[in-house]
Amino acid sequence: MCATCGCGQADVRVESLASDGPADRDHHPRHGHLHEHAHPHEHAHAHEHADPHEHADPHEHAHLHEHEHGSARVRTSARAAGPVPGVVEIETALLAKNDSLAARNRTRLVAQGITALNLMSSPGSGKTSLLCRTISELAPTRPVAVIEGDQETRIDAEKIRATGAPVVQINTGSGCHLDADMVARGLAELNPQAGALVFVENVGNLVCPALFDLGETARVVVVSVTEGEDKPLKYPQMFAAADLVLINKIDLLPYVDVDLDRLVAHCREVKPGVSVLPVSVTTGAGMDRWRDWLTDPQPA
Amino acid sequence: MIRVHELAITQSVVEVVTERTGNSKVSSVRLRVGRLSGVVPDSMRFCFDLVTAGTPLEGASLDIEQPEGRGRCRACGDDVVLVDPILLCRCGSADVEVLTGHELAVASVEMA
Repeated sequence: MCATCGCGQADVRVESLASDGPADRDHHPRHGHLHEHAHPHEHAHAHEHADPHEHADPHEHAHLHEHEHGSARVRTSARAAGPVPGVVEIETALLAKNDSLAARNRTRLVAQGITALNLMSSPGSGKTSLLCRTISELAPTRPVAVIEGDQETRIDAEKIRATGAPVVQINTGSGCHLDADMVARGLAELNPQAGALVFVENVGNLVCPALFDLGETARVVVVSVTEGEDKPLKYPQMFAAADLVLINKIDLLPYVDVDLDRLVAHCREVKPGVSVLPVSVTTGAGMDRWRDWLTDPQPA
Repeated sequence: MIRVHELAITQSVVEVVTERTGNSKVSSVRLRVGRLSGVVPDSMRFCFDLVTAGTPLEGASLDIEQPEGRGRCRACGDDVVLVDPILLCRCGSADVEVLTGHELAVASVEMA
């Protein structure tokens, strides 16, 4: 598998969008049209070391190899022991692999003083608009970078790019969530500077992303008032995973049949004591409290 | 309802098992999927045949244990049965420590 963009793995694509013009977009010439390749095998491994520009950080590379060799060793020794006939106890968590990759992401991010926030919501809650406004408000004082997750297109990444922030688009194809491996690849491509604030905008979905630890510093669930006040009760796994709930589009409260207090109460029914911030990305209401929270995001 | 995370998670069943048992044929797989895990056993059953095709797990039977959600209320000390991820004790407290129900693991396999 290509360690830069992971083109060998199913139909997931990782692509960085240069902030200084469309000419740089084909940074990875042999991957210029990833989505047109029907057979991932055609990519082989040949170009993994082809272009030193693609691997700005040599440590990244070292770790990837270490991992590949490491897991190969485990497999070999397991095979050498050989399975015994009859029942074999496995007792292994199904998310163990994702969780260990997430732990590795977390260790690296902490070492570089990077704060990573996993933004989750249903489609259309205003995550991308929130990010665009947040970036423009923070940009002079704090380096911000973004990993955009969507099933298809780089529409969201283009919007972020217009703000001037470095951005990587991950297209999950048929996948409904980001996992720790995709984020590791996204971070390798994004290569955020030490001390940066990295937003990971997950695939719009209130179900699946809740299960996958990405190695983030904290999880922010965005819900808009137009979605109704019952969302936390209908999707409790997601809201129970939140370190902060951002209630967006409060400028529309006069036009919808939603009681803000009840929506907040429903959030806390699922996640007792969770911090809730009502905001309007359109008018800017509440954005000051969101910026305050961003100065030191903590897991709940 | 088939949700795609069950596909990814069922795929990881194959990875977890073959890392341990290699290419040897597996005749049955026992999973533990807690009722609070967010994973739907019927969806996993649906996905299982798809993802095991062409692997040593092809044709294996799938046995899914579903531990119920249980917790203990930190306010009144009562044991609480949790039917969904909303943690609420009869005493009105939502401060409930979850003891079981989040399991999501391969317990064991039987070799052919």
